Amino acid sequence: MSSIIEIVQLTHIYSPGTPFQVTSLDSISLDIKKGVFFAIIGSTGSGKSTLVRHFNGLLTPTAGKVRVCGIDTADKRQRRNLWRSVGLVFQQPEQQLFEETVFADVAFGPRNMGLTEAEVTERVHEALRLVGLDPLAASRMSPFHLSGGVRRKAAIAGVLALRPQILILDEPTAGLDPQGKRQLMEHVEEFRRREGATIILVTHDMEEVALMAERVAVLNRGRLVMEGSPREIFSRAAELTAIGLDLPAPARLMRQLRLLGKPVRTDVLTVAEAEEEIAVLLGETLC
Amino acid sequence: MLSGISLGQYIPGDSLLHRLDPRTKVIGVLAAAVSILAFANWQGFLLAALLTLTALLVSKLPPGIILGSLKSLWLLLVITFLLQAFLTPGTLLAVLGPLKISREGMFAAVEIVLRLALLILIAFLPTLTTPPIKLTAGLESIISPLRRLGVPAHELAMMMTLALRFIPTLLQEAEVVISAQRSRGAGFTTGSPARWARSLLPLFVPLFAGALRRANDLAVAMESRCYRGGANRTRMNALKFSAADYVVIGVTMAVLAGVIALRFV
Ligand SMILES: Nc1ncnc2c1ncn2[C@@H]1O[C@H](COP(=O)(O)OP(=O)(O)O)[C@@H](O)[C@H]1O
Ligand SMILES: [Mg+2]
Repeated sequence: MSSIIEIVQLTHIYSPGTPFQVTSLDSISLDIKKGVFFAIIGSTGSGKSTLVRHFNGLLTPTAGKVRVCGIDTADKRQRRNLWRSVGLVFQQPEQQLFEETVFADVAFGPRNMGLTEAEVTERVHEALRLVGLDPLAASRMSPFHLSGGVRRKAAIAGVLALRPQILILDEPTAGLDPQGKRQLMEHVEEFRRREGATIILVTHDMEEVALMAERVAVLNRGRLVMEGSPREIFSRAAELTAIGLDLPAPARLMRQLRLLGKPVRTDVLTVAEAEEEIAVLLGETLC
Repeated sequence: MLSGISLGQYIPGDSLLHRLDPRTKVIGVLAAAVSILAFANWQGFLLAALLTLTALLVSKLPPGIILGSLKSLWLLLVITFLLQAFLTPGTLLAVLGPLKISREGMFAAVEIVLRLALLILIAFLPTLTTPPIKLTAGLESIISPLRRLGVPAHELAMMMTLALRFIPTLLQEAEVVISAQRSRGAGFTTGSPARWARSLLPLFVPLFAGALRRANDLAVAMESRCYRGGANRTRMNALKFSAADYVVIGVTMAVLAGVIALRFV
């Protein structure tokens, strides 16, 4: 399949030439294929947010190239329209709500696209339903009187309503309860299936990565240190712990069992796989 | 965009100037400023310029930062120069259409620009070399004798500290909100004044909501630690004059006295 995002030797420096200069990305080269579910992991400050802001042209490379949907983001005129095809959900997006009603806030993006009012309404309703909110109630709800979880859903709907080809989510489940996390990931998966979109997920939740992602990139201090399938990435446990990351809980459990001398696979990623292994183990020991 | 360095922002360092007591820096800069405004002949100018130059060298700040303050105020310098040059009557030097430049005007213009440039260079030194919290502690200590006159010195200093503390946070938050709304196609610069004002709502509503939430959180945090301003509070890092502070105050006072004495030579 063809690449939808191509990054060549991307370097980004904040406040260059001052005492506050920070090299937040250092010669990163990366290819993201169309339609893939791509996860980006790395400890806090490793450059994940800086990287994804290059994908819709909010930031431009200090050195190197970023091509998104065939557009070089260094090109000012084309960059300006990138938001129509690349949706970016910021960290804590609920803090960016501003309209009087949830409906109006979700409609902000589609209206900026210059759609007719009927199209706007249709998109808003669909986006709200996708995140599990009632479209009719939304035209009466003020975003400022809702719980944090519902506000987050509303904010994410505001980006889904753009129907982006590439959907980027920057730590979307941070601070949500376990059920909220699972629901949100299901909504994302649903959107992906419906639109055939490419998903880029920045997260600290390794179970999420193991469950959802097809490819994973690992950042450390602005450098790309690994890229591969979740199974490849999580087989390099020692390297991950060295840069402050961890394995998914089922994988950790299997490794512990192996340490205790049990004959289990250690390349297990999900709870379902772990259950299978344990069933086999119990079956054997019970007989 | 907003994240660059703002004028006079603290630049961490380890120079003599960085280590001075904040009160010394405030008093020293006041003395230097009076000297710069008071010199009346070239000897006085040399003395004031020497003091400024020494202070800049001792601060070990990057030249780019020091010149940056001049650069961002260059318009002020140019306008002052032109006004002085064209509006001072005297012996005619040159004529540019309706505008006349006099000999006296030329001298006055050069003099005032020199004064302004020196003032700008020295005025930012305290904020460039002192963390805001220390600076307000110094100011509080300087104005605390006024407490007897009913001036709430501590509360004023506290408000200043809080304001300074939150400026970078607000700028950072503004940058995030602008980026987020841009990602949904917001434009912040187009259309009639009414449309322009409306286009700013997506920025200001979240920003104010965030500031209020933050203020509320901070108030709760302070209350839950039984914060009470004013009398009987001590500081974790008490201000203390060292030998260097006495030397610096001595030198600046000597320059001030010298400049004033030179007026009468
Ligand atoms: N606006 C900014 N100005 C200066 N430095 C920044 C800015 N944003 C991020 N940084 C720095 O860039 C580095 C990477 O930050 P970020 O991309 O936010 O990491 P992450 O999202 O992985 O936590 C950090 O060292 C951070 O301090
Ligand atoms: Mg981040």
